[in-house]
Amino acid sequence: MSTPTTMMTPKFDIRSNSVSTSQSAKISVSHLSFFYGRNQALHDISIQLPERMVTAFIGPSGCGKTTFLRTLNRMNDVIPGTRVEGEVLIDGENIYAAGADVVELRRKVGMVFQKSNPFPKTIFDNVAYGLRINRVTSNRAELAARVEEALTNAALWSEVKDRLNSSALGLSGGQQQRLCIARALAIRPEVILMDEPASALDPIATSKIEELIFDLKKQYTIAIVTHNMQQAARVSDFTAFFLLGKLIEINTTEKMFTNPNEKLTEDYITGRFG
Amino acid sequence: MTGLTALCTIVAVGALVIILSYIARRGITSINLRFLIETPKPVGEGGGIGNAIVGSAVLLALACVAGIPLGIATGVYLSEVGRGWFASVVRFLVDTLTGIPSIVTGVFVYAVVVLRMKHFSAYAGGIALALIMIPIVARTTEEMIRLVPHSLREGALALGAPQWRVILGVVIPAAASGIATGAMLAIARVSGETAPLLFTAFGSRFFPRGLDEPIASLTVQIYNYAISPYDEWHAQAWAATLVLMTLILGISVTVRFFTRKKF
Repeated sequence: MSTPTTMMTPKFDIRSNSVSTSQSAKISVSHLSFFYGRNQALHDISIQLPERMVTAFIGPSGCGKTTFLRTLNRMNDVIPGTRVEGEVLIDGENIYAAGADVVELRRKVGMVFQKSNPFPKTIFDNVAYGLRINRVTSNRAELAARVEEALTNAALWSEVKDRLNSSALGLSGGQQQRLCIARALAIRPEVILMDEPASALDPIATSKIEELIFDLKKQYTIAIVTHNMQQAARVSDFTAFFLLGKLIEINTTEKMFTNPNEKLTEDYITGRFG
Repeated sequence: MTGLTALCTIVAVGALVIILSYIARRGITSINLRFLIETPKPVGEGGGIGNAIVGSAVLLALACVAGIPLGIATGVYLSEVGRGWFASVVRFLVDTLTGIPSIVTGVFVYAVVVLRMKHFSAYAGGIALALIMIPIVARTTEEMIRLVPHSLREGALALGAPQWRVILGVVIPAAASGIATGAMLAIARVSGETAPLLFTAFGSRFFPRGLDEPIASLTVQIYNYAISPYDEWHAQAWAATLVLMTLILGISVTVRFFTRKKF
């Protein structure tokens, strides 16, 4: 398998293929490389994620799509011995610049994890956690209003409104994942990163999450890692294909799944490997 | 196999039951209200262990105030913050401290605190007990915090929480019942200690008037009565033993009640 030499710049692909050419890039990544110790996990990634669109990252296991997602809110910082090169601009500001505020970044760029990870607290306290630590409000009524808003946006309010003070761990898997989405939404981020948010859920819960993603993109810029190509085709506007730590292609989802530019992409999507 | 493990269980639990029932039977006869509230009196005049109960409570409180926060902080450091050789050295020292005989701790505190203050005191006793508690609390805290899933920390960090808030607001609460169990184990362990109190708190025949003075404790009282030649004092030692065990049981139940799994 050889590295394609004709890889087009993502910017070009988006502009030339997207119906919404006026879309501006919310996140602009240039020449990003990432290392776990001596092991290079990402090679010179350049990509732009347009505002209020869903961009899906696909690729076989170990291709670096999750690692890449986690560079966008600096979640890899917590892993010892890792190193980043290149730059990630969000609204034009490099999040890896010296003195960049990681706390501020993570407020702006929320994240939903592969396995739902509600805190062992009440449903209310889970959603209120981000509001409390960021001192968004100390007013009880306002706090309750923000929690309700987040739960409503995560399509969970009607299911939990009568048991806000019971444990979050008593919810079903799908509800827990939507609670985690609500928790991320509560602090009103601008970008939401989702790392295989439905991989541990049954088809019904998965379809709820997908509908939710569809609604959320009206307000948020979304990047989603998924193993499931049908899911990428269903929910995303753009799809990026990663292989062995390299970005092979990014294109509109429609083009990607019907007539991709790269042979490797086609081989992967048609199931010839991966 | 089932039969064998059942037999072993019966032997182990049986021994415990025999000890407890023997203490209860020997102790119960001398217990009455006056015994629980009076101070010791000369042989033949009755007297009680009120001052020893209060003294033990004071010593335990002092030990907890110093030992539990330091122990938890050390455990949090070892599991959440410490990396590299320094953390390894700390962990090794904590393990070593756990194995130090309690009389050595007593002698150490005698040399460092009592000789310098020039008299026995409740402070010295509390310090000696705290030194025994710290490594126990630290190691159980470390183990319990390691059991908290990493995904919880990431969930909190992703919401913009700084590390100290993640530790205080998410990690420690998630491990709280385990940490409390560790603290309770440490309390139960030191409340039965006699050796470290012999040359620190020393003992007293009066109710404590200040932390700067020698103070009575149940264990030292039991020791003094048990080695005496008088039957009456022997009976009082049994009764004091029963009281001590009841207090430890009370502490255990209380802590379990307050740290029971709510979520």
